[in-house]
Amino acid sequence: MNHTDIKEPKFSAESMSEVNRIIAQYPAGKQKSAILRVLHMAEKEFGGWLSVASMDYVASLLSIKPIEVYEVASFYSMFNLKPVGKNVLEFCHTGPCAIEGAEKLIEYTCKKLGINSGETTADGQFTIKEVECLGACGYAPMLQLGDIFKEHLTEEKMDALIEELRN
Amino acid sequence: MLANDRIPGIETYDVYRKHGGYASVEKALKMTPDEIVQEVQKSGLRGRGGAGFPTGMKWSFLAKPEGIPRYLVCNADESEPGTFKDRYLMEKIPHLLIEGMIASSYALGANTSYIYIRGEYMWIVGILEKAIAEAKAAGFLGKNILNSGYNLELYVNPGGGAYICGEETALLESLEGKRGNPRMKPPFPAVKGLWQSPTVVNNVETIAAVVPIINMTGDEYAKLGIGKSTGTKLISASGNINKPGVYEIEMNISVEEFVMSDEYCGGIKRGKRLKACVPGGSSVPILPANLLFKTAKGEQRMMTYESLSDGGFATGSMLGSGGFIVYDEDQCIVRNTWNFSRFYHHESCGQCSPCREGTGWMEKILHRIEYGHGTAQDIDLLWDIQRKIEGNTICPLGDAAAWPVAAAIRHFRDEFEWHIKNPKECMERNYGLAKYADEREIIPA
Ligand SMILES: Cc1cc2nc3c(=O)[nH]c(=O)nc-3n(C[C@H](O)[C@H](O)[C@H](O)COP(=O)(O)O)c2cc1C
Ligand code: FES
Repeated sequence: MNHTDIKEPKFSAESMSEVNRIIAQYPAGKQKSAILRVLHMAEKEFGGWLSVASMDYVASLLSIKPIEVYEVASFYSMFNLKPVGKNVLEFCHTGPCAIEGAEKLIEYTCKKLGINSGETTADGQFTIKEVECLGACGYAPMLQLGDIFKEHLTEEKMDALIEELRN
Repeated sequence: MLANDRIPGIETYDVYRKHGGYASVEKALKMTPDEIVQEVQKSGLRGRGGAGFPTGMKWSFLAKPEGIPRYLVCNADESEPGTFKDRYLMEKIPHLLIEGMIASSYALGANTSYIYIRGEYMWIVGILEKAIAEAKAAGFLGKNILNSGYNLELYVNPGGGAYICGEETALLESLEGKRGNPRMKPPFPAVKGLWQSPTVVNNVETIAAVVPIINMTGDEYAKLGIGKSTGTKLISASGNINKPGVYEIEMNISVEEFVMSDEYCGGIKRGKRLKACVPGGSSVPILPANLLFKTAKGEQRMMTYESLSDGGFATGSMLGSGGFIVYDEDQCIVRNTWNFSRFYHHESCGQCSPCREGTGWMEKILHRIEYGHGTAQDIDLLWDIQRKIEGNTICPLGDAAAWPVAAAIRHFRDEFEWHIKNPKECMERNYGLAKYADEREIIPA
């Protein structure tokens, strides 16, 4: 799904029961604590990024003010506040990865896809992001793709991954 | 702790239980909570999250006002560059953490506990929740655990991508659903923590270590290691080594053995020579090779809290989180320092101006030195900025940003000067070994 503006975001019944399960993990009146997990769900379900409409929806689910959601969503770097491509390649560029070839691999991938780091390909297929240490330093270079890590990357593995994602 | 990590199926309750899992909970529930705290005190266990604060002492500080709930929060934010041990533990042996959480929660009198895990480890949230469900089905969680009358619910809370949320008070803010801005201390979390209730925050590895402590007794655990560095430590080894990965070491081996032996890092990759090492995560001072295996006094350096910090910041470093990053002769210290400054600038929460502004200035200056535009005054300017950040911020992120810069200048000043004097050359090649780095061939060709 890659809609860039879902006007009226609404969780499926299944997701709603997940939201309620999460809220129940906190004491009564502390439902705001569910915010990060629900935002992750919203991002996934509503097109890979958080629109104002999505954030307002989350605010209504948690009975908090929209501003409380905006200030949280803008603080944490995992949340995309602008539309992104279908596949977001989040390369770690921090020290341990950098000395094991991350910079070269990012450059290689940018050239291959014809975009700069931080940009999305014209066909909306790929976004390249550079992020800080993901806790995979011993398996460098690496990237995060959705909920999974791709580790011990090489240019060949990058070619294969992009090929696989395109199809 | 990792003794069973290769057993097939150890991530499931049945296999884990068959190999002695949850024995510590059975034992703990027959003890009083205070007795467990005493065992942990006797063990000499020190917090594995980076600061090395004695865990038993921290637990004894927990306020116990009548009628107010207490919380145990496990810090699984693991975002210190170079550190990936908690992830390993949670992925491979999730039940070890769950077991430790149950025994520790009982010792602290907490009936609800949380594991705050960095959002990027989303798949581990599923692993942990599955383990929790299994433990609950087996009667180790929920109401009246093993008929002891003790109740405990355990939940997992993912973060959203912010290094600062590893700092314990920022973590609590985040767990309350807010931005991760660290709180002023005091009050300490032990008095006013999660939702203003008394709270203990401990690292994943710390909580896992409670399991062997209860099983073998605190006195026996204290016999492992050297002096005040008791027990075992998980080390995340990365960088230019032959065998990067997570290793559990007893804190009685030398740094040289850890780097060179095939049991651990397996020596420097590609037959290169060792240049430097950051032994405890990106925040701790970098050590040039000549100060890594031996202290300034010429003594063998050991993998312990004390030995790694021998010589203070002048000639020593810290064990920190155990994020052990190794650099070979091809690595550029200026570039690496710039990289780390960029990290701290990106991760500063922005509350305190010395950190918010200072990290940005350091990043910019280091960038210009690295890219051949440095000026003669830049090194002193950098030194001045890092000194003004250190100690002047609400939380220690400021110090963590300042130390790597200070240490790089302290030990590799000639490399910074070379960059400034040779702007063209520094763009094309690396400086190589600093003049005082260990020149001997580390790996015979
Ligand atoms: C900027 C910053 C980041 C931190 N990140 C972590 C972390 O990711 N994991 C962790 O366990 N402790 C981290 N800490 C240390 C915690 O504040 C706290 O001391 C620790 O969780 C206590 O647990 P321990 O006593 O078991 O080590 C961090 C501290 C600071 C200042
Ligand atoms: S530095 Fe890349 S994962 Fe840690």
